[in-house]
Amino acid sequence: MIADLVIALVFIGYAISVLMGFGTILTWVERKQAAVMSDRIGANRAYIRIPGTKVKLVWWGLFHGMADGLKMLLKEDFKPRTYDWYAYAVAPWVVFTPVLLVFAVIPFGGALTPAKLWAPLAGFFGEKSWPMQIATLDAGILIVFAFSGLTIIGAMLAGWSSSNKFSLLGALRAGSQMISYELVLALTVLGLILIFGTVNLDTIVRMQSGTVLGFLPAWGIVYQPFAAILFLAAAIAENKRIPFDLPEAESELIAGYFTEYSAMKMGLFMFAEFIEIAIVGALFTTLFLGGYNLPFMTDAGFAFPGGGTVAMPHGAVVVTQLAVFLLKVFIVCSFQILIRWTLPRFRYDQVLTFAWKFMFPLALANLCVTAVAVWALRA
Amino acid sequence: MSRKPHVRKLYWNEPEMGLWERSYLPEIVRGLLITGGVFLRNMAKWMTGRKGALTTYYPEETRWDYAAANRGKHVLTRRPDGTPQCIACNMCATVCPAKVIEIEAGFDPADTAHPKFPVRFEIDYSRCVFCGLCVEACPEDAIRMAKEVPDLPSDDRRTMWLAKEELLQWQPQGDVAKPYPPAPPGAGKADRS
Repeated sequence: MIADLVIALVFIGYAISVLMGFGTILTWVERKQAAVMSDRIGANRAYIRIPGTKVKLVWWGLFHGMADGLKMLLKEDFKPRTYDWYAYAVAPWVVFTPVLLVFAVIPFGGALTPAKLWAPLAGFFGEKSWPMQIATLDAGILIVFAFSGLTIIGAMLAGWSSSNKFSLLGALRAGSQMISYELVLALTVLGLILIFGTVNLDTIVRMQSGTVLGFLPAWGIVYQPFAAILFLAAAIAENKRIPFDLPEAESELIAGYFTEYSAMKMGLFMFAEFIEIAIVGALFTTLFLGGYNLPFMTDAGFAFPGGGTVAMPHGAVVVTQLAVFLLKVFIVCSFQILIRWTLPRFRYDQVLTFAWKFMFPLALANLCVTAVAVWALRA
Repeated sequence: MSRKPHVRKLYWNEPEMGLWERSYLPEIVRGLLITGGVFLRNMAKWMTGRKGALTTYYPEETRWDYAAANRGKHVLTRRPDGTPQCIACNMCATVCPAKVIEIEAGFDPADTAHPKFPVRFEIDYSRCVFCGLCVEACPEDAIRMAKEVPDLPSDDRRTMWLAKEELLQWQPQGDVAKPYPPAPPGAGKADRS
C-alpha cells in the first residue's frame, strides 16, 4: 500500500515536471523555430551573468522563458471593475487545471519493476510491477475528453466575467469552435476504439507494440492514417492555435477572451496553451504513434522481423521507453509549431463550415469504413 | 422596399482553383514542405557553424555594405597650432534639425584673430540624424563628417555623447582639396588648370 503511494507520487512528480518543462521549453522552441523558418535569429538577448565575472551565459536565448516568467510575476495585476470578480479570478485555473489532469491517464512508459532496477529495492517494493501511468483507468480516452471539455468552461467564464465586448465575442467563438471540434475529435478516435476494442489507453499502447504484415509497426497511424490527420487538425482547433485561433484573433479581438487579464493570470492562459500543445502531442503519440514503443521493441528488448533478438536489462528498457515517448511528443509539438507558422488564419464562418461540412462528414465516413472493415475481417 | 441581392464583385485576378487546390490537403502539405524546407536548410547551416539568418547581430556585428557616400561621424578640424577651428558661432547648433549639438563659448583675448572659441562642443549621437546640415552651415569649415561609423551602441544613452576631445582628431594640413590656410581668391587657379 505504501509502495503504491510512493510509486504514484514518483509518477505524479515526473508527469508534472515533464509538463512544466514542456511548457517552458516550447515557448523557446516556438520563438526559435519561427525565427529559423523565416531566416531570422530569434530571441537571443536575455543572459545570466556569472556573479563576480563578466561572463554572460546566453545559451541561444534559453533564458528568455525565465525572463518572461519573471516579467509576468512582477507586472501589475490590473483588474477590470467587473461585476463578477469571483468568476474572473477562477477562470484561469479552470483553463489550466484540466490541461494538467488529462496527462493522468496517458501512459508514458511500459511496466516498471523497481526490484529489477536495483536489487535492494525489492525489500520495500517486493516483486510487484507498475505500469508507468498515474491513473490506470479503464475509462482512458473518456477521461481525456471529459477533462479537455472542461477548458471550454474556463474560456467562457473568462470572457463573461471580464464584462468586455471583445472578451465576450472571444468567449462565444471559443465555445462554439471548441464544442464543434470536440465532436470531430471524438469521432476520429472512435475508429481506433473499434479496431483495438478498448478505451484503456495502456491497453491501446500495448496493442501497438506488435507488427502489421510482418514489418510495419502496428501503430494507430498505420491502421487509421486518415483519422490521424483529422485528429491532429481537430486537436489544433481544440487548442485554439493558428490557423484556428479565432477566439483570440489579435487583429479582430485584441486578445479575445483574455483581453482583460494581465500579469500571471494572462501567463496562466498562455502557459495552459503551451502545455496543451504537449498534451496534444502526447495524445497523438499514444493513439497514433505507438506511445512509448519503438518499432520491434518489447519489454524484454528488441525482436526484429528477421528473427534476431537483442535482450536489454530492465533499466535500459525503462529509460529507452521514457526517452522515446518524450522524443515522439517533442516531434509532434514541433510539427504543430510548423503548422502554426505556416498557415494563415481562417475566417470565422469558414472555421465552423470546415468543422461541420468538411471534417465531420469525413470523420463519419472514416468511422463507417472502419466499422465495415472490422466487421468483414472478424466474420 | 425591395433590395437587390448582394452579388460579389468579380476581380480581374480572381483565383482559379481546381479540384486539387480545393481538396485542401495537398496545398497545405505543399506549404508545410516549403516552410519545413527553409527550416531544415537554415538549421543545417546553424549546425555546421555557419549563419542561417539574414539578420545582422548589431552591434556585435556591423554591416559591410554601408554606402560609399555614408558619413557616420563628425570631425572638428584644427588650425596648424592645434586649436579648434570652431569659433563657437552656434550656426551648426541652430541649423541642426535634431538639436543635438551643444556648444559653450569661451573668450580668449590673447588670440586677436579668433577671440571666441568653444569650451564645450558635444554631440548627442543617440539623436543625430546624420543629415550633414551642420557641415553645410559652418562658415569656418570647422566641422566635417568622416566615413567611419562610431561604435556607440550601449544600454545607457548617456554614453552616446561625443565631446570636443574625441571629435578633434584631424588636422587638415594634408588635405589637398582644402589647403590650410585657404589660398586667397584667384591665387591657386593657375596651378589647378
